[in-house]
Amino acid sequence: MTEARKPRVATVSLAGCFGCHMAVLDIDERMIALMGRVEFDRSPLTDIKTFTQRCDIGIIEGGCCNEENVHTLIDFRKNCDVLIALGQCAIMGGLPAMRNAIMHSREPLRECLEEAYISGPYLRNATRLIPNDPVLPLILDKVYPCSDIVDIDVQIPGCAPSGDIIFSTLVALLDGKFKGFARETLRFD
Amino acid sequence: MATETKVKSPPDAEIMAICDRFGSDHHRMLDILLAVQEERRCITPSTMDTIAAVVGVTRIAVEGVASFYSFLSLAPKGRVTIRLCDDIVDRFSGLDAVVAAFEAELGIRMGETSADQAFSLEFTPCIGMCDQAPAAMINDVVATKLTAERATAIARALKQGMSPAEALVADHDVLSPYQRVRALVDNNIRQSGEVLLGQVPEDAGLRAAAAMAPSAIIDAVEASGLRGCGGAGFTTGRKWRFAAAAPSDRRFVICNADEGEPGTFKDRVILTERADLVFEGMTIAARAAGAREGILYLRGEYLYLREHLEAVLAARRARGVLGANFDIRIQMGAGAYICGEEGALISSCEGLPGEPKTRPPFPVTRGYLGFPTVVNNVETFAHVARILDRGAAWFHAMGTEKSHGTKLFSISGDCARPGVYELPYGLTLRELLSLAGAENAAAVQVGGPSGTMVGRDSFDRRLTFDDLATGGAVIVFSARRNILEIVDYYMSFFVHESCGYCTPCRVGNVFLKKAIEKFRKGQANDDDIAYLKDLSATIIETSRCGLGQTSPNPVLSSLQNFPLIYAALTKPTQDGVKATFDIQSAISGARDIAKRRSYIFDKDFSK
Repeated sequence: MTEARKPRVATVSLAGCFGCHMAVLDIDERMIALMGRVEFDRSPLTDIKTFTQRCDIGIIEGGCCNEENVHTLIDFRKNCDVLIALGQCAIMGGLPAMRNAIMHSREPLRECLEEAYISGPYLRNATRLIPNDPVLPLILDKVYPCSDIVDIDVQIPGCAPSGDIIFSTLVALLDGKFKGFARETLRFD
Repeated sequence: MATETKVKSPPDAEIMAICDRFGSDHHRMLDILLAVQEERRCITPSTMDTIAAVVGVTRIAVEGVASFYSFLSLAPKGRVTIRLCDDIVDRFSGLDAVVAAFEAELGIRMGETSADQAFSLEFTPCIGMCDQAPAAMINDVVATKLTAERATAIARALKQGMSPAEALVADHDVLSPYQRVRALVDNNIRQSGEVLLGQVPEDAGLRAAAAMAPSAIIDAVEASGLRGCGGAGFTTGRKWRFAAAAPSDRRFVICNADEGEPGTFKDRVILTERADLVFEGMTIAARAAGAREGILYLRGEYLYLREHLEAVLAARRARGVLGANFDIRIQMGAGAYICGEEGALISSCEGLPGEPKTRPPFPVTRGYLGFPTVVNNVETFAHVARILDRGAAWFHAMGTEKSHGTKLFSISGDCARPGVYELPYGLTLRELLSLAGAENAAAVQVGGPSGTMVGRDSFDRRLTFDDLATGGAVIVFSARRNILEIVDYYMSFFVHESCGYCTPCRVGNVFLKKAIEKFRKGQANDDDIAYLKDLSATIIETSRCGLGQTSPNPVLSSLQNFPLIYAALTKPTQDGVKATFDIQSAISGARDIAKRRSYIFDKDFSK
């Protein structure tokens, strides 16, 4: 007797603050019901670092600020049937995208890094160097929303989205009944 | 008044004298600031303090005006300011070489002022010389048909201490104002029609109007079918009727000579050759609407016409046809396209930043200083004078069913005979193009950037208010031109000229331009076409005035008439990964800073 295959879910945090992953935990005791229906694959919640097999749902927190984010996002697109952009950073770039506002400069990226590591008023950086360890991924010219790089199937807005909306969206997707969000759930506060 | 308000710096007698010249009236703020700009070549904070104290407004009100207009500057400008017209037609006519010549000879780059404060070099949008591009404003005169050699020669003459007028026109001081205008700028009248550019008797319309009751004048203008020639096409007679009916003891007639739509220069020619006719029409309008005061709002770019127009006004006053019951003053603009919009023009005349007013109330009921005001285009007033002379039926018989009379078309771009053509409404675009020697046209921008861009399949459409409407501009592009470069330029024009009052226009046009840039770089996908349409619809729907309501037109009309160009430049998404995202260009800056390759995306060929 073989048990029916459980849908697999993978999650990742790119250029985000992990707040959206915390919001996933906000579904509280409903997590038990969810765990009964799905299997978590690659995710910070399971500490699995790479895909063990193809997944049904991929949940992305954060936009792309460096090359590793891009690489991971494309990996998710290749390994997941449905890709969810969870929260403002994944959808629009969010807070990290504030650096995109450095526009009137010949080298906006250098200006940004110099302010962050060398010339900023409250810095203690004895080396006076921009960090450049080989393990550090190269940073992108600006912060990109996920939809600039891959097709995104579902966007769950919010900063962070509530546990309720995350849970109800996942359940609707699992039941094949997701039809978008009701108008009253999309609001500014 | 000056003693009541705090003056931070010692009172400046010269500035106070300038304020005094305009009666220290805050409604004349633009004139005061233009005079200060001319005298001091910049408007400093202490000057603003003085002006604010003398005319009795807040300092920020002065700064609001000073910072709004591009011909007023808060930083010092050179004694000679050279403003090169960077319209798309000038760019396609060799602007680059002219820029390089000026930069080399003067030793400064565009946007800079020389260390000795002798010269400033800058770009300005269309100055109404598209038929003789590339062109430049040099202080109060205009240099046309520039080449690298001519630019170098002019710059040398200026460096030797010649005045701009001396450098451009031989023995200019013995010429009359009219002759000086003619020596600077060609009229390029290619086709004279029956109404305006043919033989015109002096003041015949005014004599006829003087014998008619005001209501009879309005009846005649309405019966002629005359519609506003500035572009919107509102029935002139109805406008006058509203203004005459609005209860008030003071009314105004304003002539809109802020011909800012890129590619339009027919008012320039009318003001040069038929200025009397325009003032005659204004005087008739004043009689019809019951106005005693008139303003000609002349765009700052046409400053070179001012002396000539003042001379015409003086001659009319001397002849007794102006001044007794009705007089006209000239209000100079200061380089703001938005002031061609009726409400913004009135704001500008009132000494305010050129921001449109909320409508209704319309100017015919509450216009200049809150009084009923008739605002019409230069060409409209000139037509009125002819209608009163020859009769409404004569005018009504020309043109088509809903577009009567003749129209002045200003044609520029890739054609053999650029210039002004006076033709009855209703001819096809193809007929007009063949007159201008533009049989090889691939795209035509009818009505300027806020109009429509059409391709060869539309050349049989008719130039009327109901088909292809235009305020006069017809810009021809041959197959050598890049359509998206043109669209991109027009969007940058609207970004520059948006007054910034409402967000959809101020921000939306920037986003539209960025989206077009994506197409030009080959980074657009199918979603971006939907985005262009969606964003355009939002800007049109939610903008407050005509600028925002028409600014997406270059995008929308090129999308409609040249869909293949957009289709050819979009890249489809493959396997869910967008082909339009280019990782190599995204990491190239960081690669330069880190001075190493990407360990993820760059292959290591050493292994």
